[in-house]
Amino acid sequence: MQSGAQMEIDDPRIVPEPVTSAEPTAVAAPAPAARLADLPLTNAAVLTSPTMLTVEGLNLFYGSKQALFDVNLKVAKNTVMAFIGPSGCGKSTLLRCLNRMNDLIEGVRIDGEVRIGDSNIYEPGVDVISLRKRTGMVFQKSNPFPKSIYENVAYGLRIQGVRDRRILDEAVESSLQAAGLWDEVKDRMRESALSLSGGQQQRLCIARALAVNPEVLLMDEPCSALDPIATSRIEELIFELKKKFTIVIVTHNMQQAARASDFTAFFWLGKLIESGLTEKMFTNPRERTTEDYITGRFG
Amino acid sequence: MVRHFDSELQDLRDGLMAMAGQVEEMIDLSKAAVSEGSAAKAEQVKALDRLVDEQELKLDQACIDLLALRSPIATDLRLIASSLKIIPEIERIGDHCCNIARRVLYIHPPVLAGDALERLAGETRGMVREAVNAFVRGDAELARKVIADDDKVDAIYVQIYKDLLRIMLADPMCIERASNLIIVIKNWERIADQATNIAEEVLFILEGVNVKHTYLQAGKDQTES
Repeated sequence: MQSGAQMEIDDPRIVPEPVTSAEPTAVAAPAPAARLADLPLTNAAVLTSPTMLTVEGLNLFYGSKQALFDVNLKVAKNTVMAFIGPSGCGKSTLLRCLNRMNDLIEGVRIDGEVRIGDSNIYEPGVDVISLRKRTGMVFQKSNPFPKSIYENVAYGLRIQGVRDRRILDEAVESSLQAAGLWDEVKDRMRESALSLSGGQQQRLCIARALAVNPEVLLMDEPCSALDPIATSRIEELIFELKKKFTIVIVTHNMQQAARASDFTAFFWLGKLIESGLTEKMFTNPRERTTEDYITGRFG
Repeated sequence: MVRHFDSELQDLRDGLMAMAGQVEEMIDLSKAAVSEGSAAKAEQVKALDRLVDEQELKLDQACIDLLALRSPIATDLRLIASSLKIIPEIERIGDHCCNIARRVLYIHPPVLAGDALERLAGETRGMVREAVNAFVRGDAELARKVIADDDKVDAIYVQIYKDLLRIMLADPMCIERASNLIIVIKNWERIADQATNIAEEVLFILEGVNVKHTYLQAGKDQTES
């Protein structure tokens, strides 16, 4: 994290260094995140972060019915993007386009581009298996395999052919650590994953997704089946995970989008209505439709 | 569980403390400007006011965004709601310091003998410091002391006011300086009121009780009992 003085961000809204007469202390405190003057909860670094995911001119048809209309969107590296909108607005469909999960549905036709970094994932000849290593996915309902806790997390590496026990052990431990589950399961790694609570199962699925070291983590309503405590654990986890990964989360919970994301994209009837900094979207959205939806005045 | 929200609330507290620190510096400079008749220090006060105003805008926005994005409840809600009320109190103290600084050139040579003016400024300054400390440390006892101390400041103010009236009656040549000095002491007295208001908000944050307008609260108790 850079301090304000060293910052090279050419943005007039960056808060100037506070004038202080305090004596310098012996131990320097860690530099606080640079904030925007007019959006004080937003870390200024998210504005200059390079683009990780690009969606360009994306149209999707289920047979003759069009479900996504000319979607254009960018997701910056190491940030959290929330997709919000009423049921059927296309947000989950778009999320599934990001790792080509819609390929599995019959009659789906997609045109436009989705790029991870520089590579178009819809380019002919793209290896979908290796694409999905780059994009981990966590679903609404936790779906651990009926195997041990250890085997669930090691699964992705095993199918990649990793046999070395030490590498597997390390990957399992670090993934469970990252998912905030290690302390709760370290003494019961051989037990069935199905013996865990709902919130623990969901964190196990996150650990399983992290084990293959993806660049992007896609989360489709990851908390909708969880109680408030398990939900806030996942939300706090998202804050930690974005230091290493880029996260796209679909949520029906407006407060979750507000709490957990840096950017929000609002979808309606298959169209991207508005996207931008979450702090701006939830305090002063540009579009009337967005305002009506987030304030619950819809329909 | 460590909440990300807690670090944002700490940022808010830190911001309030920084703003209050700036205003305390303005109080010290105004006090010195008055006793020394220093135009330079009076100018410094006015320059600092701009920084305080900037901080007010920043902190106002932070509170609104925290309310909008975090849906705070209980202690968290009280902290943010009261911060929204403490911020303009601090900003107003800065304005009073500017008012005092503006009179510095018109009160010399001093018409008032003795140390009453120093005591008024000193007591007031102490109340502001203690109100801020009560906020920082979450010290309810200190907040109550600040509220009680306001009577002391009021008494000193009334005494100086009467003395100045007597001086003006005795020597019309003093009227201009004395009337400017009345504006100075009125501003000190108002700063003490502002410190009292901050202390009341601190008690609301800490205990969830509204201690304002005790005469109304007393009436409520009687009808309930």
